[in-house]
Amino acid sequence: MSGIIERSVDVAVIGGGPGGLGAAIKAREAGAKNVVLLERSEELGGMLPQCIHNGFGLHYFKEELSGPAYIHRLVKELAKTDVDVMTQTMAIKLEGTRITALTEKTLTRINAKAVILGMGCRERSRGNIRIPGHRPAGVFTAGTAQRLINVEGYIPGKKVVILGSGDIGMIMARRLTLEGAEVVCLVELLPFIGGLIRNEVQCLRDFNIPVYTSHTVSDVIGKNRVEKVVISQIDKELKPIPGTEKEFEADTLLLSVGLIPENELSTMTGVKLEPTGGPQVDDLWQTSVSGIFAGGNVVHVHDLADYVTESSEMAAVNAVKYINGYLPVERKVNVKGGKNIRYVVPNTIVSNQPVSFFMRVTWPLKNATVRIGGLVSKKYAFVRPSEQIRIDVPAEMMKGFREDIIVNCDGEEDVAR
Amino acid sequence: MNRKAEVICLQCPLACRVEVEVDKDNKVVSASNYKCKRGKTYAAQEIINPVRVLTTTVRVLTRDQIHPLLPVTTREAIPKGLLQDAMKQLAGIEVKTPVKYGDVICPNILNTGVDVVATSEVLN
Ligand SMILES: Cc1cc2nc3c(=O)[nH]c(=O)nc-3n(C[C@H](O)[C@H](O)[C@H](O)COP(=O)(O)OP(=O)(O)OC[C@H]3O[C@@H](n4cnc5c(N)ncnc54)[C@H](O)[C@@H]3O)c2cc1C
Ligand code: SF4
Repeated sequence: MSGIIERSVDVAVIGGGPGGLGAAIKAREAGAKNVVLLERSEELGGMLPQCIHNGFGLHYFKEELSGPAYIHRLVKELAKTDVDVMTQTMAIKLEGTRITALTEKTLTRINAKAVILGMGCRERSRGNIRIPGHRPAGVFTAGTAQRLINVEGYIPGKKVVILGSGDIGMIMARRLTLEGAEVVCLVELLPFIGGLIRNEVQCLRDFNIPVYTSHTVSDVIGKNRVEKVVISQIDKELKPIPGTEKEFEADTLLLSVGLIPENELSTMTGVKLEPTGGPQVDDLWQTSVSGIFAGGNVVHVHDLADYVTESSEMAAVNAVKYINGYLPVERKVNVKGGKNIRYVVPNTIVSNQPVSFFMRVTWPLKNATVRIGGLVSKKYAFVRPSEQIRIDVPAEMMKGFREDIIVNCDGEEDVAR
Repeated sequence: MNRKAEVICLQCPLACRVEVEVDKDNKVVSASNYKCKRGKTYAAQEIINPVRVLTTTVRVLTRDQIHPLLPVTTREAIPKGLLQDAMKQLAGIEVKTPVKYGDVICPNILNTGVDVVATSEVLN
C-alpha cells in the first residue's frame, strides 16, 4: 500500500459487464467529461465471457451473438472513447457518490458527481438454500461450472445431478452432455420449469435429460467427493415426503437456484432495497440516494443482456442530466406489485416521461390480463415466471397517474399449485 | 414405418405442443394441436430434419493464461444428429494465436457446408 490517490470525476461506473460498459459509453456520449469504469476482475464483460452460447444481441445489435461476441462489440465501442477503464479495481466502499476502490497496489478515492451501479448479481449457493447431507467436494453453482468449462477448460464431473431449472442450469445440462459428461437428471422444486421454454426444448429434451419437477435434493452422500445424490418428492409446504426418495450415483451436484443482486455497496450507503432483491429505482433509474443510479442485473434479473445494456444506458443519460441540474423530477408515485406479481420495476415514478414497466409473475397463468393501475391493461395468452413482462406506457398516459400504482395479474391457472 | 412426435413450437410464446406424424418418405401424414400454420411447418421441420447452432470452445496455443480456450460457433445451424460428432472433431483442434473475431476455425464441418468461426479474440 502506498497512500491514497484522490481524484474527481463526473461519472463513476461500478462494474464492467454489459450494463456497466453500456453506461460508461453512454455517459460519455451524453456529455459527461470524465468517466471512470471500475471492474474488479482482470477482464471486462461481467458474466458474458463465460456465456458462450447464442441468444445475445438480437435487440441491441440486431444480430444473434454469443456472450463473448456481444462483449467484444461493446468493448470495441468503449475503446473509441476516452473512458478511463480500471480493471482489477474493486469498489470496497461507497459513501454517497464517493467511492473507495482497491487496486493491486493502491487505494483510490473517487469523488464522483454521479455514480452508476452495475455490479450485476451472483448465484445463490448451497448455504443460501440449506441442502442437507455431507459436505463433500463436487457441489458447485451452475455458474461456477460454466466458468470452469467455458473459460478455464476443466470439466467438473462425469455424472452430474442439477438442482434447479433456471436457464443457467439448463444451459449447463446441454454443455456438460456435449462435453461427454452424463447429466443424470435435473430436479426442480416447483411443478414447472423455471427457465425459458426454448432452453427446456434445446437443452433438456434434445438430450433426453430426465426432469423431476416438484422434487428436491434431500441428501448428498459422499466422504471426500459426492458419491450419491438423493432426491424426494415435496409436499405443499415444499418439504420432502418420506418414502419418495430416489437415489442416484453422481460425482457432482450443480445448483441453479436463482440469482441475488450484489448489494453490499448499495446497503453501505443507505440505498433502499426492494422485492426485486436489488436497489429501489425510479423511472429515471435513480436509487433512493441522490446521485446514485443503477442499471442491469443489480436492479433485477433481466431476461436479456440487451435489456441490461439498455437500462444501464438510460441510467447513464439521467446521471448526466442530474450532473447538469436538469433531471426532470416532477412528482412521486409509488409502484407496487399486487396479485400474482413478484416484482415491478421501476418502484417509483418521478417524471412525466414514457415508462417501460418490467415485471415477473409468481405463478404461470393462461388467458391473463396485466393491469397497471386503473389506466393500462394488456392481455397475454400465457404469463410465466421465466418470461419477463414488459409494458411500455406513453407519456400522455403516464401523466394520468397521480396515486400509487398497483400492478395486478389475473388469469386462469395453467399449472395446479 | 411412420414416426410420431410431440414438438413444442418455439415460434411464439404460446408454445403449442404440436402432435406430428410422418411416413417413411418423410411426408407429413398428420399434425394437430397447433394454433397457426407456423406451428405445422415448424413441427414438420423438427421431425424431418431438426437443426441446431452449436456453440462450444476449442483449445488455444497461447502464452496468455487467462484464455486457454476460444469460444466458437457454427455459422449456421447443422443437423441435430451431428452435434456430438462435431464436438469430437472440434476437440482435436488447437488454434494458433492471434485469432480474430469471425476467423474460420474449422471450414465445412462434417461436410455440412457450414464453417465454425471464432466468437472472440485471443491476440497473443
Ligand atoms: C453465473 C451466471 C450465468 C449467467 N448466464 C447467463 C446467460 O447464459 N444468459 C443471459 O442472458 N444471462 C445470464 N446471466 C445473467 C447475466 O448476469 C446478465 O445477462 C448480464 O451479464 C448482466 O449484466 P450486468 O452488467 O448487469 O452484470 P454482470 O455481467 O454480472 O457484471 C457485473 C460486473 O461488475 C463487477 N463488480 C461487481 N462488484 C464490483 C465491485 N464492488 N467493484 C468492481 N467491480 C464489481 C463484476 O466483477 C462484474 O464484472 C448469468 C448470470 C450469472 C450470475
Ligand atoms: S403453432 Fe402458432 S400459435 Fe402455436 S406456438 Fe407455434 S407459432 Fe405460436
